[in-house]
Parts: sequence; structure tokens; C-alpha cells
Amino acid sequence: MASNDSDRGPTLLPAALKVLIAGGFGAGKTTMVGSISEITPLSTEEVMTEASLGVDDLSGVENKTTTTVALDFGRITISPELVLYLFGTPGQERFWFMWNELAAGALGAVVLADTRRLETCFPSVDFFERRGIPFVVAVNCFDGAAVYQPEEVRDALSLDPQIPVLLCDARVRESCKEVLITLIQHLQSRAASTV
Amino acid sequence: MSDRRTPDKASDGPGSPVRPYVMTEGREATNTVQLDMISVVISARGEVDELSLEPEQLAILDLCQRPLSVAEVAARLDIPVAVVKVLMGDLIARGYMLARAPYTIQHPVVGRDVLQAVLDGIQRL
Ligand SMILES: Nc1nc2c(ncn2[C@@H]2O[C@H](COP(=O)(O)OP(=O)(O)O)[C@@H](O)[C@H]2O)c(=O)[nH]1
Ligand SMILES: [Mg+2]
Repeated sequence: MASNDSDRGPTLLPAALKVLIAGGFGAGKTTMVGSISEITPLSTEEVMTEASLGVDDLSGVENKTTTTVALDFGRITISPELVLYLFGTPGQERFWFMWNELAAGALGAVVLADTRRLETCFPSVDFFERRGIPFVVAVNCFDGAAVYQPEEVRDALSLDPQIPVLLCDARVRESCKEVLITLIQHLQSRAASTV
Repeated sequence: MSDRRTPDKASDGPGSPVRPYVMTEGREATNTVQLDMISVVISARGEVDELSLEPEQLAILDLCQRPLSVAEVAARLDIPVAVVKVLMGDLIARGYMLARAPYTIQHPVVGRDVLQAVLDGIQRL
């Protein structure tokens, strides 16, 4: 799709990749994006996915366009050729329609498990498992909440043994870096075992 | 934006805060480029026929003097992604803008290089 242009060739344009940050409402998704992004996290208000928007077919749309969903995302410039975007997924189940578009082409995902209510990340885990989208589980430890060991979380979520589970603090940049590094290394080991 | 609303489009019913399709009226037919939320775009250099463009399209061209993703443009201009895609599709079709599709890891060998580059990039942060 990169068009040719005599002035600004396609080589000037980096290619983008994306990673999703998922988890229940209040699990720390926006916090994590903000901790690691090089830009202040941005937010777009989405009215509908395009499929549902039907730009020139207004009749069936009016009653549906009332649903808006805020997506927040951040950016990490990897090199002049590569940019990584981090998208927080909408944390409510009524926004599943948004997930399909978000998940398309994603490198992988981080599922934030909130130790105060572990079950709120079940839908995210299910979604990525069913789609075959690689993910890691980052256990976000909230003050005063029960402390879980990664293996307890793995058991509670019935995760495959090869899926990494690690503790994190979404407010701490180094901790978020470690989560992303774990995800990329997980992708690398998957690639190595399938090729 | 609001001065372009026409009564035959949609009614301002309660709870319909945005009616972005008004802004993109008549543009979708020329839109042949498949843009993704993370397609990266840049404005092309050269003359622009400003009168033939929507104010939002001029704002997009202004903003994209350096590479930005579709999602970033949408967020900065506070226009929904779906609408930005239509407006940009038109700009690309007219040669006012260039786009690069997102990277997709299909080729295992290339994919490996890219993963390593991403890993190195994150470690450098
Ligand atoms: N103690 C603690 N608080 C956190 C952590 N991550 C996020 N929070 C707080 O939890 C609240 C909700 O976080 P937010 O990122 O908005 O959750 P989201 O709904 O998943 O986007 C905010 O007040 C954060 O400051 C964490 O790792 N530890
Ligand atoms: Mg949030």
C-alpha cells in the first residue's frame, strides 16, 4: 500500500506494530500505557466499528451510533523504521465489537490481572486463547490486596505452562518494560518452536 | 463541522453525540486505500487545492508534516478513527498524502528480525 512519491518516498514512513493491553475495568491498563509511552497517552472516541458505521447507509445506524467507546493508546519509537503502539482494550464486555478490529494484526497482548478481583481478566484470557493471539499475564498488585504468587494465578486461570505469568506494578516504568520484554521473548520462543 | 449538518441526514436524537458521516458525505466512493488504525501517514509535499478540501482534511495535512498513525491523527483532531480513514483515503487518492500499512509478521525470517528489533528497542528505553 505504500504509495510512491517523488518527494517523500515510502522509506520515510515507519511501519507500525501494535500490542494490546487488556484486563478488567480498573486493572491498570491506562496506567501501564502511560508508564511506558513516549507520548502522553492519547484517546479516541469511537462511535462504531466501520463495518457497523455504514457511512452512506444511515437508516439502520441511527439507533446504534449512541455507543461510544474510548480507546487509549501510547507509542514507543523502536527505530526510524518501526513504531510500536500500545492499545488499552475497552474494559467492558459490551465493547467486544471493538476488540476484533483492535486484535487484527496485533503482535500480542498483555493481560493485566487485578489481584483484588482476578475473575475480571477471564474474558480477556478467553478472547486471546480463542483467537490464538499470544499473550502474557501481568499480575498487577494493588495495595492491601491479597498477594498471589504467579503460579497461583496460573492455576486460577488454567493457563498453559508456556504462557508467562509475572508480577508487575503498572505505575512503574521499569516494571512495564519487563512485562513487554517478557511478551516479546515469549513471541520469539513461539516463533523458534514453530519454524 | 456542525454547519455542514443537513436535516435529511440524521436527527439529533438524544444520545447521538457525534454524527461523523455528515463530514464524510460523498467521499467514500473515492476511497480505495485500506487504512488501518495504525497505518502510518505523512502529507506529501506540493501544492494543495485548498478549496476542494474539507477543513478537517486541511487540518489533517497540517498535522501530518511528520509521520503519524491514523489513530494519533484521530485523537489529536478529536475525530473518530472511522471518519479520519475516509477523509484520509480521499487525500491519498488525490496524491496529497502517503500511507504505509502496518507491519504484519508473515515471513518467519523477517519476523524474527523485527521481533529482535522490538526487543532491543524496548530494552533501550
Ligand atoms: N496500587 C496500584 N495501583 C494501581 C496500579 N495500576 C493502576 N493503579 C491505580 O488503579 C486505578 C485504575 O487504573 P487504570 O489504569 O485507570 O485502569 P484501567 O481501567 O484498566 O485503565 C488508578 O487510580 C491507578 O492509579 C498498580 O500497579 N498498583
Ligand atoms: Mg482505562
